[in-house]
Formats: sequence, structure tokens, C-alpha cells
Amino acid sequence: MGTLQVPPIPEKPGVLFPEIASAEDKFRACVQCGVCSGSCPMGKAMDFPPRKAVKMLLEGRFDEVVKSNTPWLCVSCHTCAARCPSQLQISDGLFPALRAAVMASGKPMDPDLQKALQNTYLYGNPMGEPPRKRADWTKTAGVPVPIMAQLRRPVDVLWIVECYPSYQPRGQAISRHLARILHALKIDFAILGPEERCLGDCEWLAGEHGLFETLIERNIETLRKYRFREIITTDPHAYRPLRNVYPSMGGSFVVKPVVQFLAERFGQVKNLLKSKLDAIVTYHDSCCLGRKTGHYEEPRMLLRALPGVKLVEMIQNRESSLCCGGGGSTVYLDRFIQERVKDRLADQRVEQAAATKAEILAVACPFEPSRFEDAVKITGHEGKLLVRDIIEMLAASMELA
Amino acid sequence: MNIVVLTKQVPDLVEGLEIDPSGKALDVASLRYILSESDDHALEQALLIKEKVGGRVEVFALNQGEARESLIMALAKGADRAVLVDAGLDSPLANHAAAQIFATLLRGGPFDLILTGVRAIDDLDGSVGGLVAGLLDLPYLGLIRKVEIGGDGKTAIAEKEYPGSYAAELEVRLPAVLGIQSAEQPPRYVPISRLRQVMKTATVEEVSVSPPSQQLLGVARLFKPEEGAGAVMIPGDAKEAARQIASLLFERRLLR
Amino acid sequence: MGNDILVFAEHFRGTLNDITYELLGKARELARSLGSRLVVGLLGHEVGGFVEKLGAADQICLVDRPELKEFASDTTKAILEAILEDVQPRLVMLGSTSIGLELLSLISARKGFPCFDNCTRLESRDGRLVATCQIYGGKIFAEVALPDATTLVAVVPGSFPKEPGEVAARPELRSIALPPVLPEARVTFRKLLEPPPGDVDITKAPILVAVGRGIQNADNLPLAEELAEALSGVVCASRPVIDQGWLPLTRQVGKSGMTVKPKLFLAFGISGAPEHLEGMKQSELIVAVNTDPNAPIFSIAHYGAVVDALELLPLLTEEVSNQATKKASS
Repeated sequence: MGTLQVPPIPEKPGVLFPEIASAEDKFRACVQCGVCSGSCPMGKAMDFPPRKAVKMLLEGRFDEVVKSNTPWLCVSCHTCAARCPSQLQISDGLFPALRAAVMASGKPMDPDLQKALQNTYLYGNPMGEPPRKRADWTKTAGVPVPIMAQLRRPVDVLWIVECYPSYQPRGQAISRHLARILHALKIDFAILGPEERCLGDCEWLAGEHGLFETLIERNIETLRKYRFREIITTDPHAYRPLRNVYPSMGGSFVVKPVVQFLAERFGQVKNLLKSKLDAIVTYHDSCCLGRKTGHYEEPRMLLRALPGVKLVEMIQNRESSLCCGGGGSTVYLDRFIQERVKDRLADQRVEQAAATKAEILAVACPFEPSRFEDAVKITGHEGKLLVRDIIEMLAASMELA
Repeated sequence: MNIVVLTKQVPDLVEGLEIDPSGKALDVASLRYILSESDDHALEQALLIKEKVGGRVEVFALNQGEARESLIMALAKGADRAVLVDAGLDSPLANHAAAQIFATLLRGGPFDLILTGVRAIDDLDGSVGGLVAGLLDLPYLGLIRKVEIGGDGKTAIAEKEYPGSYAAELEVRLPAVLGIQSAEQPPRYVPISRLRQVMKTATVEEVSVSPPSQQLLGVARLFKPEEGAGAVMIPGDAKEAARQIASLLFERRLLR
Repeated sequence: MGNDILVFAEHFRGTLNDITYELLGKARELARSLGSRLVVGLLGHEVGGFVEKLGAADQICLVDRPELKEFASDTTKAILEAILEDVQPRLVMLGSTSIGLELLSLISARKGFPCFDNCTRLESRDGRLVATCQIYGGKIFAEVALPDATTLVAVVPGSFPKEPGEVAARPELRSIALPPVLPEARVTFRKLLEPPPGDVDITKAPILVAVGRGIQNADNLPLAEELAEALSGVVCASRPVIDQGWLPLTRQVGKSGMTVKPKLFLAFGISGAPEHLEGMKQSELIVAVNTDPNAPIFSIAHYGAVVDALELLPLLTEEVSNQATKKASS
């Protein structure tokens, strides 16, 4: 028997958990058209693809979906939610609730996911690194990166760095480049450093809304101590909750993804671009920056500004962009997914990039560089296709690398 | 089946350890505490036994570090009773003192089984499980990875680990103390929403005991191993390291 | 309390464990400097044949009874306590092992003797005994001066060399007054569980390529296997890798796995927890690779590199193959 509790997640900024509504009511608007299942990149591997999962819910057979492989195969690409004619929150409502139900049932969890969640609870990051080392990347940034607690004055821009860009070597490299760009643009900015905690988007998508709330409360408490005009972030996964959820929890801030921030200063940025890149570039729209929040043109604007760059589009782009496969909690579930799905999404996407004859696959989400670089090696395009974050490319052309 | 789980808090190694100026103790200010890992396994094993044969699980912890939160977590996982024991001391207790306190509280029972982690990272003077067993004159088995309760509830069959990946199946008459190495299943996850719920509604019993007669051990000094003093470090990136290591192996005639 | 040193002889499946010789070697050295007598407690069934291997001792308390056929601490401790009553040693040395850990705490609590575990160094300074014990995953060492009372010390296997303990001689046998009736055994041995038959015996391989958590997932194992093949070696692992099921139990190196002493031990992505080090620190040449410069493994490795193991493995395989080709063509 199944009554599913679904916290409603609005697309526009709004209230997150007003009250837990019975999902059957919410999903009764489903017309079983199948657009979701048809669009779902993991649908083939699921015991109950999205359309079927909703049907099971409405038939009171929710338990069967909870026990199936479905809950953990969703990569949170949000294609279903973006296309649903009834505007049902599938990937961003049904699936997190489904996962929460799995956790509540006491079924043993995938050990990688469990460790990531426990680490996030204890240390504010899924890797289990100590909070005090969260700003260690700044030591080799080459430019000063002020930390709010030490700066003790208001700033124009508070930069939320997030976990991967703080702790993971590939992400840290991108952070250093952005620090130099911000300096070159003479931006008055600072970071939270050791006080920053995971913004929790992936944890929430994993079904851990209790952990998500704990993180929000903690982050809002920290943010309230300081004064700043706006927040920018390099991580689209941080951008979404900051924009859509924090306001309803007492944390209303002006927040922008870094591509928007730089696009707003387009003239200034363009003036700093010196060296030619001379490459065919294709841009991968990440799910959180694209489908979820609609920032398609700003990254392209920045890429086209790079001297010598010829921008080409992959067969699936903008709203139809193909997820890298690391969304939501699945970035911690690689092993689980690989055991069940032969064709990795990242590999498919890299093939699409290679098909455009592009030399550089440009990305704007911290999960992507390592995932796509691995995929480049696996698909045999090593040496032919480079993966670069937009920030890295801008910094290279500004000769700040 | 009445199962008692004895737990303790240990410094979290993720946060790093520093020795204080006296050189005889850790610098407490820089420490963060968590539940000892094998105690977490002991709790999990206790819950698994309760799920199989029924009964009660009671968890005890000395008031130190995040003991209260660990006890609440234990209740959220399904423990029936949580007891925070305060011995009125600030500094961590040596295992002998902790064992004395637990033995005094538990003497007379009732319990059928006492589970605790077989070792903790800060064990210097033996292990709490073995010491409690000795004080209460109970049998003790350590490095246990599996526990089955006999049909009559009066014996347990335990699998004890040996080197070389061997193990022994032993039958022990209850009541007994078992030092758990790993539970039959990894410690279960508690969703934070459930933990927060339990925090609001649960009761952690508090018991005060007088400080034990045996105080902290006479540690002459604590020191860190010289960092990398053992190894000759090969500088450079992976490519350079590969070259140097291959040369080294060639020199030592280890390549065929 | 007398001045004797008592060593508990540990044996398993018909052989004296290496730890016994390691303890004897150190005990002999201490006995000499303290003017003590070295007594060994040898408990078991049909273990008389071990006596002549324990020549490093001055005396052996041999208790050979059917009840002691398989180790069960409940029975063993009763007899060991009787031996302690008789000998009244100043120091009792045990292995910090599956067998020793039970006896250490049980006897310490029952008799009120102080005890110390995880000992890696033991020396006499001006007539006093000083033990160094490793704690906090080997990150901190504690030095303790043993009190003036019978004290039990459990020693980490591999801390002392075993050669000094391997003396062929027949020490005198010392008879012990045992209680007429032993307390009823509350622990009975039922059966031994053998590890599943393995493909390879890693204790016999001269070259080992060891992987730890740093290899991240089972997909990366082939990188280690390719290096092992290039070196004519064998892949083994530390406990976390085995627990994940990426390699069988028989490949586990460490406290509850195998102890290995190969000519070459290459450690990739292994941090060096004491339980693992115990199983390999006596290897002839240890080369460790870990991205953490503070990883404890570097304190016992001969050579180390702070690079990503996953990056290094294929590069090293290539270099090794090149060296082999060079050698072949020279």
C-alpha cells in the first residue's frame, strides 16, 4: 500500500516544505502520456520508468517501486520534469521522496552513498575531508582569496565555492582560475572557507531532506553573520537551492551562477581576453544550469567571446542536453549504476561531442570535468578531445593560468 | 534477550591530532569526538540480534565528547534505552577506570549479553570489553564477526577471527561479553529527519557515579612518528616517479 | 613479585606463531640486562614437541591437557593465572593478537595487574621497564614507564625480529601446582572455519603489488594486475579492498589476513593503518605511493612518492616493460 509523501518543489522561488501533501493527489494530473519515460536517459534500465512509477503510485502499488531498482537509477537530469505537460515534479519531487521511503524502510543502503551522506553530516562535505581544510586550495591560488571571518567587513560579492571545487584537485584548479579572473576584474569578493558547508542539493535529491534542512539552517546562520550584495557560485548544484529553497527558510539573497555574473560584465571580460584559443568548441549544458534554471545563452556568449573559438552545437543541446550521469546522488552511485547499465551517459555524451569534430568540450559544472575526462579515455578519444571548464578557458585566454 | 552495549567516544582522526604543551596528553581544544567505530558495529550487531530473537538493547556511554548525540542516534536506530554515565571528570578515562564504572553499574544484571567494540583507536590499557568481563567474572571472546543465539537463549555461537583469514566457531554460555570486530551487516543509516525527530522526543537517562579509584595512566610522554622519516621521498610527478621507481627496481635486480 | 619475565607461547594449527619467537628474542635481551629469568608458559594439547624450539627460555611451564586442545580464553586464563601465582613475574609478554587480546584484559582485570596493549618497543632504562605503544591508528606513540608490579604487555606482531628468539636448546621444565579441578569451561570450541581455497598463496610471492582504498573502485584493479604481470608478481590488498569484495580473502594483507615478507612490496593508495602495516612491514623493499604526504605508510616504507596511484600505475607498468625490453636487447 502506498501513500507517498512528496515535498512540493516549485520551479519558481517559493516555499519548500509547507506541509507534506499526499502525492496521489499531486500526481492525479498525470495523463500517462509517456513523455517522461521517453525522455529519461536511464528509463531503459529502470524496473519502473517514470511513467510507470507514477502509475504504480496512483494504483497504490508504491511499495513495489520502493523495492525495485528504480529509486537509485535516476540521475536527476530533470528532463521529465521540464517536459511534463502536467508540470509534475518527477525527478525533483517524486524521486527524492521515493528515496526517502527506501531509507525509511531500513533496507541496507549502497555503502558509497551511505558514506557520502554520513560524511556530509559530520564534515559538511561528502568526501569526508575536515572542514578546516576547505580553503586550503587558496594557498596556491596565486592571488589573495579573502575569507569572510578574517576580512570582517562587508563585500560586494560572496563566492560560494562548494565541496568539489574546494576539495577535489580537478575542481580546485578551476577555483584558482576563477580567483584570478575575479581579481583581474577587480571584484571585491570573499569566500566563507572553513565555515562553508555543502549546500545539500545532491543530498536532498538522494532523499535526505532532513540532512538538507540541517545544512540549510547551518549555512543561513553563517550567511546571516555577514554583509554582501550578492552571492555567486561556480556550482550549479549550489545555485538551485540558494535560488529556489533558501528564501523560504529565511535566507533571501541575490544569487547568480558565475556565468551570469561574468556575462553581466561582458565588456570588461572581453577586454581582458588576449590570447587566441583557435579551437572548435562545443558546450555541454549541465542539467542544473540549463533545464532547471534556464541559463543557456550566457555560457555561449562567453565562449563566443574567446578569440579563435568556433562554437558548434551537439545534437542534444540546451533543453535536450544529455546529462553527464552524475546528478543528484548518482555521483556517489557510479558502481551501482555501472553494474546495471552498460552504456554510460558520460560516454554517450562524449561521442556526441566527438561527432561535432570539436576539439574542446566546454563545461560549467564541477562534476563534469573528471566524468568527461574519464569518458574521453574510455571511448578512445584521448588526445583528440579536451574537456575544459569555461572558467579555465577564460583564464587561459586572459593569460592568468 | 537483554543486550547491553558499552560505547565510548574517541578523537576523530579526520580532524587531526595535536599533542598539548605538556607532552603527556592530546590538545583537547583541537579534538572532535565521534563514536568508536567498532562500538558502532557492536550496536548494529545488538540490533540484528534483537530483530532475530527479540529482546531489549540498552546502550551505555560515559559522558564525554558527543556521547549524548551518539546515544540519541542509538535510540533512533532502535535501541530501547540509553544511559549517559557521568563520572564527574573532564579528562578521558583510561579503559580500566571506564571498565570499573561499567562493571559497578551492571553488576547484578539483568543482562544476557554485553557487546562492545573489540578495540578502539585510543586503547592503551587493554580493552573495555575484556576488562569488564574480567571484573564481572564473565567469559570474553574478542574479534567477533558473527553472533547467533542458541534456541534456549542460554548460549551464543560466535565466530572469532584469526590471522590468515581463518576463523573459529565457538559456543559460549550466557551471560558473556563479546568484543565485536564487525557486525554481520554494516551499521545502518539513520535519515537525519528521523534523528531530529528522536532528538525532540527521546529520553537519555543520566546516571552519576563517583570517580573511580584508578585514575589516568602515567603516560611519560606522547610523540608523533617522524613524518616520512622512514621513506626516501621521490620528488616529481607521476611520470618522473615511474621512471625512478623502475630504475630502482632494475638496480635491485627485481625486474625479470 | 619476583624478577622473572614470563612469555606466553602462542601457537595455532600445530605451529608456534612467529610472535612467540619475536617475544622470546626481546624477552631474552631484557632478561639479560635486568638479571631476570625467562620463563615461558606453554599451554595446549600434545605440544611437548615445541619445547626444544623454545630454547631461548630458561624455564618452561608446560601444561599439556586435552581441555587446551583448541584455544578458549576461559580455560586458558585459569591455568595462566595459576602459572602467574607460581612464578610471580615482573613482566608478562603476550602477542597483541586474536589470542593475546582476550588474555591480556581478562587477567589484568581479574588479578588487578596493570596492562598495556599495542606495544611496539620495550626497553630497560636504569632497571626500569619502558614500553612504547602505538595508538590513534599509529599516528601517536605513548611512552609508559611500567609500574613496580606484575604488568602484562601485549606486543604488536612484527615489532621485534624473530631470529634472536629462535634458539635450539632444551630448557628445564618447571612444574606448576594447578587447581585440582578446573572451573567448568563456559566456552567450547566447535569448529575451525578455513578461508575459501585461494588461487594464489601471497605469502610465497616474492613480489607483491598491493592496493588500498586509494584505487577507488574495482574497475581500477586491472591497472594493478597489469603491473603485477609485468613484474611477475601478485596482487594483494589491505582490508578495505577485501571488505568491498573486490578481491578474495586470501589476498588480504594485515592483522586478520596474511603476514607477508616479500622481496618487494609496492603499496598503492594504502594509508598504512597499523593493522595493515603489521602484515607487511618486514618486507625487504617497500615502495609506497599515496596522495597524502602524512600517510603512516611512509614511516615504514623505504621509498615513497606523493602522487596519484591511479596515474602512476600505468606509467610504471610501461617503464618496467621498457626496462625489460632494454634488458632483453642488451
